Amino acid sequence: MAELRGNQISFQSVSKLYNKLAVVSDFTVDIPRGEFFSLLGPSGSGKTTTLMMLAGFTDVSSGSILVDGVDVSRREPGERGFGMVFQNYAIFPHLNVYENVAFPLRARKRPKQEVDAKVREALRAVQMEHLAERYARQLSGGQQQRVAIARAISFEPGVVLMDEPLGALDKNLRYAMQVEIKELQRRLGLTVIYVTHDQEEAMNMSDRIAIMANGEIAQMGPPLEVYEKPASRFVARFLGEANVLEGRAARLDCGSPAVEVAGRRLGVDTAEELPAPGMECAFFVRPERLKLSTGACLPGYRQVSGTIAKSAFLGNIKRYEVDWGGPSPLVIDCANSDDARHVHGEEVFVNWKSADAKILFR
Amino acid sequence: MKLETPLLLGPVILMFLFGFAVPIISFLWTSIAEIGSLPEIAAAFGRTAGSRAAINAMITSNVIALVVTLCALLIAYPIAAYLCLAGRFRFTLVIFCIVVPYFTSMIVRTYSWMILLGRNGVVNNMLMSLGVTDQPLALLYNRFGVIVGMTYILLPYMVLTLFAAMKSVDPSFMRAALSLGAGRFYAFRRIYFPLTAHGVVSGSLIVFILAVGFFITPALMGGPQDTMTAMLIQRSVEIMFDWTSAAILSIQLLVVTLAIYFVYCWVTDSKKMMGA
Repeated sequence: MAELRGNQISFQSVSKLYNKLAVVSDFTVDIPRGEFFSLLGPSGSGKTTTLMMLAGFTDVSSGSILVDGVDVSRREPGERGFGMVFQNYAIFPHLNVYENVAFPLRARKRPKQEVDAKVREALRAVQMEHLAERYARQLSGGQQQRVAIARAISFEPGVVLMDEPLGALDKNLRYAMQVEIKELQRRLGLTVIYVTHDQEEAMNMSDRIAIMANGEIAQMGPPLEVYEKPASRFVARFLGEANVLEGRAARLDCGSPAVEVAGRRLGVDTAEELPAPGMECAFFVRPERLKLSTGACLPGYRQVSGTIAKSAFLGNIKRYEVDWGGPSPLVIDCANSDDARHVHGEEVFVNWKSADAKILFR
Repeated sequence: MKLETPLLLGPVILMFLFGFAVPIISFLWTSIAEIGSLPEIAAAFGRTAGSRAAINAMITSNVIALVVTLCALLIAYPIAAYLCLAGRFRFTLVIFCIVVPYFTSMIVRTYSWMILLGRNGVVNNMLMSLGVTDQPLALLYNRFGVIVGMTYILLPYMVLTLFAAMKSVDPSFMRAALSLGAGRFYAFRRIYFPLTAHGVVSGSLIVFILAVGFFITPALMGGPQDTMTAMLIQRSVEIMFDWTSAAILSIQLLVVTLAIYFVYCWVTDSKKMMGA
């Protein structure tokens, strides 16, 4: 891996008020150099406002933003030295690809030879050298995206900000671009702040994700951690499919923690702290962590019995819904490679390892 | 039921035919046919269009139109840019101030300026009471008065055309330019101005073409040296009853206007500018 070119960024209780309404409140994060950091959340969660404050297009109402320890929160956007990729690419339509990529260098009055060398290098990095003479409207969405990225890295910034850059691309291209962006970021050692509402995108690329809701960080951590150990019902539901069943804290006969839902006690991770029995909480388990069995329960697993209410074939997975006497059915995802087929009305057991199920209090 | 495209053009074609083409052709035809044979017509053209008065009027018309276009552009560009950024209330206020005069009679607006710029007008009184000058300045019945009046009257065309062009510029282009390290002036020069250039071109074209054939304002506010071609045409008809000269001068004005229009189109070919 190349030396880290990236800068270190730190948000110190940054807030933004619009008409006394907090859009972002007390946002505090330290982003180390070379980290791919995603702000993930639904629209209106404050993720774009946070990025715009970092970019300098929106003033902070309070708090400060430091880059390598220097407060930049009062600086003009151009003085912050960040590369930026916009949602709609914002490729200048009257300049060709070459001039677009050269723009930040020319704005900095770099000598001609340096401009040429760096533009070529940036275009090579996104494999767009052969289209240097083209104009934006002669390019496909994916190519425009590459130009936007080349323009954001040509002047060798330490930090690149990306505002939903893949939103307008189709699904297959989006995945390919995710891989490319991630690769580029790693190779150049860049610090990337990435805003998206697509949880798969965030999980695929990020070193760390901050999931935002109502202007606050609902949870922050590496993708696997936030996916497997959501801190709240919101995070659990936002990051992909989830079974979230409302109930009350209880104990199993053996004393390990459980959630009582509709008179059934559903065992959860024994590593969880033991809550006061009767406390309102929710039982959480990912659909792919549930296994179906017929006839007998799987040894070593927690289980409930029920009947198949619905089955759906989604290509790589089969999705079943099982009525088990609770307020809502359990959703189970089985890999398509699992040859067992279950039919509507079939009596089954739903099994899970206690370590895969969590209690959610928030 | 699907309306065919040519059918949709029907009303405007009828309007153009009977409101413009038929009267102007019949006016030109009857006036010129009076002259006689073709060589006689050519000679009459040479005499009238080549006369010192006609050439001077044509030069005056073009100079005034050019200066008015530049003044209108310099005043309208910031106003239009402001309109793009302004909030709802300020937008309404400014657009109201621009559009309401547009609906007011041109003669009324010209007389208003004459009151303002006259020897005992508001402007002179103010300048004298401020001690800037101790004698009233000649602001009226000269080139200055004509340019002030015409710029004011033609300003709405420029503002509205520029505003339409600016409104179509995605604000993210300026954001991108600023975030990529450009100063405000550099971003304006390299990004905003080129992206609004087509509005500058069409606004200038509209104002210039309207200005080059202007009549009322230069007639009321100008001096003898500010005689424009349209005024010569009016004199030919109203004072000398010389419809033939009027027709020849009209054709001359039309030809010059069209020539300028085509040069403009050729110079500012937007496709060439955008590299297609």
